[in-house]
Order: sequence, then C-alpha cells, then structure tokens
Amino acid sequence: MEELDYSLAELCIVAGAECFREEGETMITVIGLVPRLAGSLAKASFSPGLLMTDGEYYLVSEPVPVGKRNGYIPKIEGIMNYERVFDIVNRGQRHCLITPVQVDRYGQMNISAIGDYVSPKVSLLGVRGYPGNTINNRNSMFIPNHSRRSFVEGEVDVVCSAGYNPERYPNRNIGKYVNLVRIVTNLCVMDFLGVNNAIRLVSLHSGVTMEEVRDNTGFEIETSGEIRETPAPTSEQLQLLDQLDPQNLRAMVFKDNPRGRRDL
Amino acid sequence: MNYLDKTSTLSDLAGEIESGMSLGIAGWGARRKPMAFIRELLKTDVRDLTIVSYGGADVGMLASAGKIGKLIFAFVSLDAIPLEAHFRRARQAGEFDIMEVDEGMFQDGLKAAAKRLPFLPTRAGIATDILKYNPDIKMVKSPYDDGEELVAMPAINLDIAVAHVNEADQRGNSWIAGPDPFFDEWFCRAAHTSFLTTEKLVETSEFDDPNKAIRMPIERSLVSKVAVARYGAHPTSCTPDYGFDLQHLKAYSASAGEGWSDYRVEYVDGVNLEEYISKVGGSESIDNLPLPIF
Repeated sequence: MEELDYSLAELCIVAGAECFREEGETMITVIGLVPRLAGSLAKASFSPGLLMTDGEYYLVSEPVPVGKRNGYIPKIEGIMNYERVFDIVNRGQRHCLITPVQVDRYGQMNISAIGDYVSPKVSLLGVRGYPGNTINNRNSMFIPNHSRRSFVEGEVDVVCSAGYNPERYPNRNIGKYVNLVRIVTNLCVMDFLGVNNAIRLVSLHSGVTMEEVRDNTGFEIETSGEIRETPAPTSEQLQLLDQLDPQNLRAMVFKDNPRGRRDL
Repeated sequence: MNYLDKTSTLSDLAGEIESGMSLGIAGWGARRKPMAFIRELLKTDVRDLTIVSYGGADVGMLASAGKIGKLIFAFVSLDAIPLEAHFRRARQAGEFDIMEVDEGMFQDGLKAAAKRLPFLPTRAGIATDILKYNPDIKMVKSPYDDGEELVAMPAINLDIAVAHVNEADQRGNSWIAGPDPFFDEWFCRAAHTSFLTTEKLVETSEFDDPNKAIRMPIERSLVSKVAVARYGAHPTSCTPDYGFDLQHLKAYSASAGEGWSDYRVEYVDGVNLEEYISKVGGSESIDNLPLPIF
C-alpha cells in the first residue's frame, strides 16, 4: 500500500483532535488555526456531541469551515455570549486547546508578559481567562515551535494558569479540578501522566528523535512509558480537513509547509 | 427640569469625569466600545483615572494620552490585532499601576460591587501570579464543612460606567441589538451612576416590542445621562450595524509612540464626531464595514 502523504500541520491537527475524543458534550474553545481545525475534526467525526461556536457568539451544530465563508451560513443551535462562557467555566464543562507563549514543567502557562512584571521586556495579552479555565477545567496546548524559549527552565515569567506545582496551592493541595490533558507540538505529543503529573512523552512525530525533543525542552521530560510514533492522519481525516479548511489555510501554519513524514 | 429627560452631549459626559475617578468602560476588546466618548475624554485635562475595562482601543488611547493612573484588566486586545500597541508601549514603560486579574474574577468584582458586597468567592486565581502581584486580593476559607480556601475577589466599585448601545430613549432605556450584551449591565450596576452613548435616540414607544425587550439588560434607573453618538463605537464594532474598521485599527496601532501626536491632531483634538466620521471615510463606508468573522 502506498503511504499517505500529509503535512506536519495535518499531523498536528489530527493529534490535537485526540484531545477531545472522550469529551462527550463539553464545550471546546479552540484558539488559532490548528486548534480550531483539531476541534472541528473531532466534532465532525468521533465527538459529534461537542459544543462549539462560530468563533463569535453562536453555538453551531456543525463546525464552521475556516477562512472566507463563500456563501456558507453557520448552522446556529444556540447562543454563547461571554457571560454564559464564564458559567460553563465555573461548572467545569469546557476544554480549551490553546497556545501559550511559555510553558513550564508544571504545565503553567504565560500569555501576560516576558521579563520583569512591573516594566516587562515584552507585554503580551494579559492573563485573560487562563486562571479560571485551568483551576476549573480540562486544558490542552498546541505549541508550534517546540523550543527552550517556549518550554522554559524553572517557572514561566508570569504564571497565568494553575498547574501542578503544589507550592502554589493552599496546604499544597493541587486544585481538585485542575486537569491538564495533552500538549501537541511540532515535534511530539506529551501528556501529564508522569510521576506527580510530570510532563511525559507520549509519541514522537515521524522522524523526530527523543534527543531532539530533549535538546529543545528547558526541563526534564519523562520518557518512561512506551513511546510510539504519532499516528498519521487517515485518508478520511484528510478528506474531512479539505471540507473544514477548503482554502487550505493549514498550508501556512509552518514555514514551507513541511511534510508530516520526514523520510519522504 | 424633568428628571426623566437624561439627554446630554458627548462633551457634557466627558465633563463629568474628574481626575482620580474610577471609570468603567463597557464593551469587549474591539467590540462596542464607547469610542466617541473616549475621544471626548482625551480632550479634557482629566488624569490619574482608574480605568476598568475588558480592554481594547479604549485603554490604548487613554494610555497614550497619559490618562491612566491604574488599570484594572484581564487583557487588552483588538481581537483581529491580538496585541494592543498603545497599551503595550505604556505597559512596558511601567507608566501606570496595574491590577491584572482573570476575566471571570473581573466579572465577580463587578458583581460584588453590584450586590454591594465586599467580595465574591472564586477559585480563579489560585496557584497563579495574580495573587503574588496583587497582595490586596485575600483568600477566604469556606465556613462550611468543606473548609475550602477560595479567592475573595474584592468588589470593583466604579464612580461612573459608560456603555455604547444601539438605541436609547431620553429616559435611559436602551437596546443592545447584537447577540452579546457583554458585561455592560454589570459595569452599570457596579457604578455609582452610568452614562450611555447611543447610535440612535428613539421614542420610548420604539421599545414596545417583546423581541427588543429581551435585549435591554440595563434598566434605566442605572442611567443618568444619554448622549447620541451615531457611529460612536468606531473604530470598534457595533453589531449588527457595522464591523470594526481593521484598516483604521492598523493605522491607529502604527501610531503608538511617535505617531500618536499626529493621530491626535487628525482624529481627536478639535475634531467633532461629524468631522471624525467624514475623516474615516463617511457614514456609508462605516455602514459597509463587514461584521467580524473568526
């Protein structure tokens, strides 16, 4: 059988979709093109119950294709104004797939500022909803540039989210609803099922070595479990992506749109 | 004078703001911000304001104009342009004090003020640097059997809140036509008093419509002044009337720093709303701004 040709972006999308396989009727919040297509793919295939919006105010019964609408009209099934989003957050029925600027060994994320807090070298967005999301809900990450700048040594410059550092909790008890699920990067997939919720390598993308991951991570990653190759997209998944991204915006996620299989 | 006639002008609204006040600005990011009011406020000599906002160009302009003493925020963003250049410049220079909190904590702070409570408990903020950088935010222990340690988000009490709506009458009834009222009602309830700017001033009978009534979250008893500001949210969006003006937002962003004085001369100082609309392309061009698609 001829091996399927697919892009690194498509591999990341398919790996991202797996974040939502067990989610039933959770509301997913998927910020950025790869997360959006990952969520869309999950909803359009194995997780039809997911609640998802048009990216603005309405819940939609089928994922809205990304890019120019070209006559496509979103199929509304409800409204999701911001206040309602906060209610869902507090009830713990949301799973976000997001791209923080920095991540540390505890899964703590930063989107607020780089450097000194009072007069930072780089001011970013602000903590947004990260503190409430992470103390209440499941969260996953997509990091397109797996490097020591994104996976930092020590803690992130501004800890915007609750993670697995017991020192930061009252009586050292990790929050009962804190649940970091998965990290998908351009090199690999990781989870938080190491000792004391340590970040653990789950699978390497085609042609990526463990050394490459280690060299590009500012902290020790657990590699104790069985390390597989990240599953390639199926032909059905690639067809679905053509429908969910008809203008092939995913070809612009990574410079020069590299192949998913490094050996081809 | 009839106390139910709350009609006013943009300059009168801005004239009510005093240095040192706590000012809540409704809307969200680049959406339905009372920008005509903000430009009017820029013309005054008011300073040292505590600005409370789900921030966008409102915060950016106030920052570049040096009006902010303290900013209470969860983010400042223009949505389509994620990082607000004016906020960014000022924040990096450490030009004002900040209280950076989670979006939900922010809402809880407004709701606590609205309920005239000192705080509301929440889990948001636990295990983050919010508690490190805001030592004034205390923890509270549940008095019940669970004994859980929670964040006691303090009330965010506002002197004045300002919101931009699609329609209002002279009594302060108002209609938000877009699908998301954001947190406008909570800004108004957290404030000592509130001002509205409105796309249209209408007769009260215009609200004799059940479909409109469900989108009237701000009761008129919260409102003391109403000023007409057609296209008053520009360059932010006012769904469904017009989308945000991406071209203008880009030019505005590029003016952060050295270009700011030119931006002020062109669009703010000595420029009334009618002239402003003409300078940004005219009413027809604003009418045709596409609604945002993400």
